[in-house]
Amino acid sequence: MTSVAIIDYGSGNLHSAAKAFERAARGSDTQILVTSDPDKVRQAERIVLPGVGAFRDCHDGLKAVPGMWQTLEDEARRGKPLFGICVGMQLMAARGLEHVETKGFGWIDGDVKVIEPADSTLKIPHMGWNTLDLAKPHRLFDGIALGADGLHAYFVHSYHMALKDEALLIATADYGGKVTAFVARDNIAGSQFHPEKSQALGLALIANFLEWRP
Amino acid sequence: MLKARIIPCLDVKDGRVVKGVNFVNLRDAGDPVEIAKAYDKAGADELCFLDITATHENRGIIFDVVRRTAEACFMPLTVGGGVRTTDDIRKLLLAGADKVSINTAAVKNRDFVRQGAEKFGSQCIVVAIDAKQVAEGQWQIFTHGGREPTGIDAIAFAGEVVALGAGELLVTSMDRDGTGTGFDIALMRAITDKVRVPVIASGGVGTLDHLVEGVRDGHASAVLAASIFHFGQFTISQAKNHMAERGIPMRLA
Repeated sequence: MTSVAIIDYGSGNLHSAAKAFERAARGSDTQILVTSDPDKVRQAERIVLPGVGAFRDCHDGLKAVPGMWQTLEDEARRGKPLFGICVGMQLMAARGLEHVETKGFGWIDGDVKVIEPADSTLKIPHMGWNTLDLAKPHRLFDGIALGADGLHAYFVHSYHMALKDEALLIATADYGGKVTAFVARDNIAGSQFHPEKSQALGLALIANFLEWRP
Repeated sequence: MLKARIIPCLDVKDGRVVKGVNFVNLRDAGDPVEIAKAYDKAGADELCFLDITATHENRGIIFDVVRRTAEACFMPLTVGGGVRTTDDIRKLLLAGADKVSINTAAVKNRDFVRQGAEKFGSQCIVVAIDAKQVAEGQWQIFTHGGREPTGIDAIAFAGEVVALGAGELLVTSMDRDGTGTGFDIALMRAITDKVRVPVIASGGVGTLDHLVEGVRDGHASAVLAASIFHFGQFTISQAKNHMAERGIPMRLA
């Protein structure tokens, strides 16, 4: 029996994330745990870091769970597969620049800053279904049709990760310019969009993560 | 490219969909979860539940409906109706709603919008504006299903709630609601041109061309409709294909 720990630190709705992982894991002996216990996170085979709201609030919420920030740093370093969603992905950056400057985990060299579509009539937040353009192949997108005619992902965000190292950029979405949609490095991956809300694309991506051996 | 969204809206009372829907192969046409699953399969871009439960004792039923829907549908869900406190918001989000729609409570106390946005993030705070035209180019907010005037200018209110942190607006023309004569395009334009956040157009859809007009002329990011889908007049994919053929970017199956 293997387990996936979805980190519970009071950020938003974990119910639908847990349900999507349960659906993708159906038929395997994988257990999905929603937990705020660092011990359980250490024992899990894989870790999911969700997050909605503001960068600073998520950072503070995660730091408020005793031992959790350090545990995530340790487990990431040990090479455990770790998947961040939305602000959970943004927290992997060096810095968040939403309202106030906040330090992230620094696993991905970049800053989280406001999206600035070239076309000023485009609405902010970037909300709804968008296609993805692959910048670089990645195991987590195996078997998933991308590009203008491919599957769609569901986005809700006003900030995105501006990367210092373009080699870590896996996929972008077009919204008056390129918006960072997916980043990855070694055993760490993160999506700006919500796989748990992205129907076919989301479930396929989660299924790939559950089998990922980085 | 970002696509325009089609959002079917279900009125839910005491855990049941008012008037039901007319789909084939549905075991229970009054069960919101069954209907949500059918719309999920049909390619709806989001779903909206409007809880119109009147009695206090039955207010809790919606949480169970939301929880069961979130277990079966992996698409965004907005829930509105009777959202008055941050505790209401928290309970809906924990049950599996992605966004909550605030209506009367925002009119009575605008600071509630700020509180909700600060606590849970703008991305989940939708403010529902029910507006009626009172003069050429002027709309006023009405509550209680369009019966109670508030004296509040709808366009100014839209700007205020966005400044307070609303992440999206759901704008319903009470003049058009239930008429099938199309959106109030002038109202939609007045608001979409004023605010930076996405606007969902609502009220008056009777034909597929009305959906096109909402996005093309009203500049809405999403269109909300109920009866044209519930009673089988059109399917979601007919609506999407119709809009796509007229140049609106849509997420097609």
